[in-house]
Amino acid sequence: MINLFEVNETNNMILNENLDVRTITMGISLLDCAAADMKSFNDRIYEKITRYAEKLVQTGEDISKEYGVPVVNKRISVTPIALAAAATRASDYVEVARTLDRAAKAVGVNFIGGFSALVHKGATPSDLALMNSIPEALAVTERVCSSVNVGSTKTGINMDAVRLIGKLLLDTAERTRNLDSIGCAKFVVFCNAPDDNPFMAGSFHGVGEPDVVVNVGVSGPGVVKKALENCRESNFEELCETIKKTAFKITRVGQLVAQEASRRLDVPFGIIDLSLAPTPAIGDSIADILTEIGVEYAGAPGTTAALALLNDQVKKGGVMASSYVGGLSGAFIPVSEDQGMINAVAAGALTLEKLEAMTCVCSVGLDMIAIPGDTKASTISGIIADEMAIGMINQKTTAVRIIPVAGKAVGDVVEFGGLLGYAPIMPVNNFDCSRLVNRAGRIPAPIHSFKN
Amino acid sequence: MKKGIITVVGKDKVGIIAKVCSYLADKQINIMDISQTIVHDYFNMMMVVDLSSSSSEVGEIIDGLTSIGDEIGVTIRLQLEDIFNSMHRI
Repeated sequence: MINLFEVNETNNMILNENLDVRTITMGISLLDCAAADMKSFNDRIYEKITRYAEKLVQTGEDISKEYGVPVVNKRISVTPIALAAAATRASDYVEVARTLDRAAKAVGVNFIGGFSALVHKGATPSDLALMNSIPEALAVTERVCSSVNVGSTKTGINMDAVRLIGKLLLDTAERTRNLDSIGCAKFVVFCNAPDDNPFMAGSFHGVGEPDVVVNVGVSGPGVVKKALENCRESNFEELCETIKKTAFKITRVGQLVAQEASRRLDVPFGIIDLSLAPTPAIGDSIADILTEIGVEYAGAPGTTAALALLNDQVKKGGVMASSYVGGLSGAFIPVSEDQGMINAVAAGALTLEKLEAMTCVCSVGLDMIAIPGDTKASTISGIIADEMAIGMINQKTTAVRIIPVAGKAVGDVVEFGGLLGYAPIMPVNNFDCSRLVNRAGRIPAPIHSFKN
Repeated sequence: MKKGIITVVGKDKVGIIAKVCSYLADKQINIMDISQTIVHDYFNMMMVVDLSSSSSEVGEIIDGLTSIGDEIGVTIRLQLEDIFNSMHRI
């Protein structure tokens, strides 16, 4: 039988170390909502989303209460709208974004993801309509998240899309200028985007997924940090054992919540995403884990090695706790959402280039990084291209969520609020890359994509 | 069987267990195991309870215990046992 020590250990993680289940995300296919006219399409998607997700928030809250573990977010992901809305042949999808926003508010979820397009080999007219709608869609909606997959290991990188997105980001930033360009915080550009990622802003419901599914994202950097405080003098073996054991425990809680949500909602369970996702709360930081492993600040020499170790042990501990692991699974290294990262930037220890190196060994990419508003579109595209190349060559997911904050420069701080946190504006290497970015076409698939 | 774990944490005083137990009896909840420690006047108790014969919803029982805790100045939590089994048992 469970003993007092074990009960106290679990509750201590929850009450003092920020253990939580970060999100229950319901994936809903909108492929059967296709219609030739915009009004019918909007009516159908609104009806389907609100019907399927009617009890999502209440179920999440019930589970949270009965097990005594916070379930922080309840969210929805949908089929990429560029696919679902293609039959309308519309040239503008802002109305669809408004419908998604209304549906999200009706069922009480804080984000809905899937205002997305998959253009890693090329764009259809519908993909172009969607991408061109992104700046306005993110400005006029509150809860809609958008993503575009521009590359993959199998196809290479669609540089026409990369070039376009540089411009779209500046437009999005400008349209949400009075809110510190927050529109850009709701947009992610991917290479090798997963179909079942429950984390925003990059969540969408992939085409190979069932009609409806529940995916769960766990968290718990604070728990790992606390466990490592007892390992300051340990060798690598003990250090890794501790991370694995902790990751196992965290993931088991996620697995329980996922199964319970699936049972109560009568919706199939998809995957657990065993990511360590930080929040701006003190002690809930990936950077703090890296410093605990032994670097003065995130960004100091050794940081990439520490992160590689952390990411790998999290996966090794987590995969034993759940048979269905998916999504992004690893350690997230957003800047604005992690107090330790913010401190590292403020101290001058962490640069954009070091973050790029770190993304080679962790789960995603350049995340929640604020840069000067006067950064050129081609420079933004260049940053995106670099990150996409890392994903393409290393057969991993990479992403960029970067915010060129309109009217702000290095030295300023921007406040996004809530889970999105705040961030100092980071300097960008402004040497020109426009001749590269302006080349038309795509970067071919790498040699190791030919595995047939 | 639907089992729950009740934890009571706070400054030790007369009648903590009595209050909790009479509430549980009232709700038809059977106590299967109790363990407790007192360190420096600090009361730390855990009960394993069987919720299956109670006609009340779990959420309602949680609220009831929380308000008893507020009344006597200790923290009382009820959680379904599975969260601990998941984390500590393979």
